[in-house]
Amino acid sequence: MRYVTVFILSMIFWLLITFRFTVSNIVAGAAAAALTSAIFGRYYFHNVGKFLQPKRWFWFLVYLVTFIWECIKANFDVAYRVLHPAMPIRPGIVKVKTTLRSDFARTLLANSITMTPGTITVDIIGDEMYIHWIFIRSEDPAVYSRMVTGRFEEYIKKFAE
Amino acid sequence: MAALILISVGVLFNFFGCLGLLRLPDMYNRLQAATKCVTLGCCSILLGVMFHFGLGSAGFRALVAIPVLFFTATVAAHALVRGAYNFGTKMDKRSVKDDYSEIVK
Repeated sequence: MRYVTVFILSMIFWLLITFRFTVSNIVAGAAAAALTSAIFGRYYFHNVGKFLQPKRWFWFLVYLVTFIWECIKANFDVAYRVLHPAMPIRPGIVKVKTTLRSDFARTLLANSITMTPGTITVDIIGDEMYIHWIFIRSEDPAVYSRMVTGRFEEYIKKFAE
Repeated sequence: MAALILISVGVLFNFFGCLGLLRLPDMYNRLQAATKCVTLGCCSILLGVMFHFGLGSAGFRALVAIPVLFFTATVAAHALVRGAYNFGTKMDKRSVKDDYSEIVK
């Protein structure tokens, strides 16, 4: 079942990037997708039935909108720090605990953190994420954990766990 | 028109990213500017390309490039930061906190 899902996804991807619906193109795409799913299928999620739950898609959309908004804010934030003559930065690496369990959810959270205001994920060890922050706003772990992971963690939990 | 605006915004953000690369003090902060501004700049340019060519062959390719760019840029930034830290690159003296040092010896 996993292999079939990977095959379908890579086939869609192939058709989108080539965008030619001739027979020869589709056959070539099917061969490439079959090879991809044969090699990488075993790294995919175990429970692919989650793809068919509408509730998860809804939360995914909510997450996507929040993410794009945060991402645009992040850019203005960094642009402001770069253009300001005195460069208001207070960099450092902070430790944040995550409650997400699955690898996929953690990867998504780490990627979201990297794209949001002034933060880059450095490493994940066990339950702890190490995050480089360009402007540390608070010294209290509880407060800055909330600031860094934001609303992403709960949304990701709802659709990816 | 929308294409023109989006591409201009994209070029502007790419410029900010490069400026950050020059102005910010250490490797870690520079990477912040490089990943964030440049990623959004490129996405904006790609969206502009999509508006310019319409939802045809080129437009769809531009759309597909956006999520690919997002995933690769973030993973690359993460790998670079971690590699730099393990290699021993010093953080700027304005840094106020370093929780990671307790893990790396």
